[in-house]
Amino acid sequence: MESVKEQAFQEDKVKILSQFLSFKLGNEEYAVDILSVQEIRSWEPVSRIPNTPAYEKGVVNLRGDIVPIIDLRERFNLGNLEYDNLTVVIVLQFSFQDVTRIMGFVVDSVSDVVAVDSQIIQNSPNFGAKVSIEFINGLVEINERMLMILDVEKLFKLEGIDDNGDTESDKN
Amino acid sequence: MSIDMEQFHQVFFEESFECLDAMETGLLNLDMGAVDSEEINTIFRAAHSIKGGSGTFGFDNVAAYTHVMETLLDEMRDGRRDVTQQAVEVLLGSVDCLREMLNAIEAKEPVDESRVAEHKKSLETELNSAQSTTDESESTPVVQEAVTPEPTVAASIEASVLASPVVWDIKFVPHEDLLVTGNDPVRMFRELAELGELDVTINLEGLPDNLDGLNPEFCYLAWDLVLTADVGKDEIDDVFAWVEDECDLSIVLRDPVVVPLNNTDDTQALVLPEIVAPVQEVIAAAEEITEPEPTEESVEITDETTVIVAPKEKSAEKKKAASHTASIRVDTGKIDGLINMVGELVIIQSMLSLAGENFSTDNLDRLKLGLSQLERHTRELQESVMNIRMLPINFVFSRFPRLVHDLSLKLEKKIELKLVGENTEVDKTVIEMISDPLVHLVRNSLDHGIEIPEERLKKGKPETGSITLAAYHRGGNIVIEVKDDGKGLNKEVLRQKAIEKGLIADNAILTDKQIYHLIFMAGFSTAEKLTDVSGRGVGMDVVRRNIQELGGSVEIDSELGVGSTMSISLPLTLAILDGQSITVGDETYIIPLSAIVESMNMEEGQINHVVGKGEAFLLHGEYLPIIRLHEIFNITSVKSSNLIEGTVVVVDGLDGSRCGLFVDELLGQQQVVIKSLEKNYRSIDGISSATILGDGSVALILDIPGLIKLSNQ
Repeated sequence: MESVKEQAFQEDKVKILSQFLSFKLGNEEYAVDILSVQEIRSWEPVSRIPNTPAYEKGVVNLRGDIVPIIDLRERFNLGNLEYDNLTVVIVLQFSFQDVTRIMGFVVDSVSDVVAVDSQIIQNSPNFGAKVSIEFINGLVEINERMLMILDVEKLFKLEGIDDNGDTESDKN
Repeated sequence: MSIDMEQFHQVFFEESFECLDAMETGLLNLDMGAVDSEEINTIFRAAHSIKGGSGTFGFDNVAAYTHVMETLLDEMRDGRRDVTQQAVEVLLGSVDCLREMLNAIEAKEPVDESRVAEHKKSLETELNSAQSTTDESESTPVVQEAVTPEPTVAASIEASVLASPVVWDIKFVPHEDLLVTGNDPVRMFRELAELGELDVTINLEGLPDNLDGLNPEFCYLAWDLVLTADVGKDEIDDVFAWVEDECDLSIVLRDPVVVPLNNTDDTQALVLPEIVAPVQEVIAAAEEITEPEPTEESVEITDETTVIVAPKEKSAEKKKAASHTASIRVDTGKIDGLINMVGELVIIQSMLSLAGENFSTDNLDRLKLGLSQLERHTRELQESVMNIRMLPINFVFSRFPRLVHDLSLKLEKKIELKLVGENTEVDKTVIEMISDPLVHLVRNSLDHGIEIPEERLKKGKPETGSITLAAYHRGGNIVIEVKDDGKGLNKEVLRQKAIEKGLIADNAILTDKQIYHLIFMAGFSTAEKLTDVSGRGVGMDVVRRNIQELGGSVEIDSELGVGSTMSISLPLTLAILDGQSITVGDETYIIPLSAIVESMNMEEGQINHVVGKGEAFLLHGEYLPIIRLHEIFNITSVKSSNLIEGTVVVVDGLDGSRCGLFVDELLGQQQVVIKSLEKNYRSIDGISSATILGDGSVALILDIPGLIKLSNQ
């Protein structure tokens, strides 16, 4: 999607703005494509799922759907923060091969919606093995702050998420 | 236009597959000795529906093919042809062929023309075989085809009136100048066709030998007509009233028993072009037959399928490509019931809002009454909505008569199939998933279970073996039994095989049940030789897995030399289950009630320690291991890890293995709505799915077999 837009921009020399929802994790600012945001909710207690990584907090009932909640701080190894009334869950949806999945991501706080000219999104610089940038799609500078734009598809890739539970099939 | 038609294709395919099933059932039900004409009528109507529909939608090859079948069936219906075993086999073959054609068309793939042609040929051979007397007439009309194609059309216009015993033979020889006076024989034939079923044969004797002498304005042709209609002679006279003086006309009432020799020509009239004419002409003819009356035809489809479907409710849904959108045929009674209930709900809602608007303590009783009614109606509504998904198990059973018929011929065994409880209703998903396992089980019974006739006689059993497929409700489950009176399972052989294959230790002590369950292990087969029917040792493994996926279990009961019974026990529905909620620490889980054997509080001294770590207790003479739920789920908030303070729920792991599940507390039993965990998340070991509790929170439903496996790791 992004690359198509970029290409279109270069060809037509027309400014194409994409909107992103920015939010904070500690002192860092991140953003996701606003089109993938379904809703923003306040934190509510989850039902824990046994034997899962700590960042997978559990599941909640979202109008009849069972939706997993992921702590983004813990996912990015940014340490823990006590949840309070102001803790926010951003519910994202992502479609892959006709299947739409919904997941909630716990963040510290939601900042605002920013319009970004796709041309000024930079590729994230290489930090070597020291810093994992696997979730980051690009960097952009807005009002002298650096926003890290997240790759929603990668966020949805939890360990074993596409496992159909058919581990016995190789027996035959 | 083509887009408009596309949207009806799905309906057409569904109905056609239903018709094919109806034909198949009908054909299998045909008793060679005493043929029930109503049965043939049913088959004929089904074929006719497919022909009409496929013509309307432009599937000309299907229409042309069905037309040949229809002709054969028509002759059987009228009693002009005997119903032979061979004819039935040919027709069954063509049902399969038609199904393949329709499948291919539905998947938008090319139809395998060579196969179709092959089947069509055998059909035509069958058609011709009984009517050898008509050979000499075969070539006559073809020459004429191009000059006067109208007779074919007229001949093929089929009246919707079913066969009636009154048959009129009409010999119509117009004078040469008939056409000059503006009369059209074809119009008269159409009029006749409206009275009943009309067969038209052309008589070319009047044609001049030398075409040079042919006057294009003259009519040299004569016709022999056979009208099957319950009408008087004067009605036929009326048709010919305008040409009375311009033709030689004889109208004779045919003796219903004695069929004059020349009338065999008439019976062939419909068929002849197809037999000898090149393929294009066949298709052209088929187009001519169906295209002029598409609306009439499609009306017939709906009518006739209702007739066929309503009593038996057949469908071939399972066989369709996975890509199509699933649909269910629902009994209108069920929908009416739903609408009534929704009406009641609306009334209660207005009653409640009235009570709430000007609320005072005086109204409390009314409010309570309203709430209790609301509760009742909600439950009823829930039940009837679930009911919509329920289909009779016959949807699965109906395919077995054919399967048994074909297989028993192939294996040269005599087998009688009994179906019991076909109308037992099961959830649609269960129906879809159970059909393959059942096929496996029935095949196994046929191949391995039932002995060949000689062997049976030697053992003093009746020559014909029997397989019973039964379905009935037991508690919240549906039980499906496959029972045969064959040779039964040999425990010793099973044991030896298992030891040979290293599946069990050679000194293992197994209960009968455990030995029988060995056949469900992958790669286990006791058959001495492989057949193309079964014996590879893959099937039973898949059967068990499919059944477990449905949350069901299989039990085997067998007696050597007497027979064996496989009972599959399945939950009635996959959307709702009866659960027991339990707590461990702060967490609530649901155990499917079907998995619970009993629950108990442990006492000191009941618990035995195994190798210092494991724990076991004695229940009804069997030592059962204890699984601590808080340990395998890493629940830190557990109230007490002392076995005596909590509760032990004895659960059944489906494959006969039982264990005690240690939890903090039992809460209540309740019906829970199953929600998929994989939809947005992934599958978790030991958890089958999730549900939403009354307070809106999520509780996980335990997968007992998975949990036992998890604890063994």
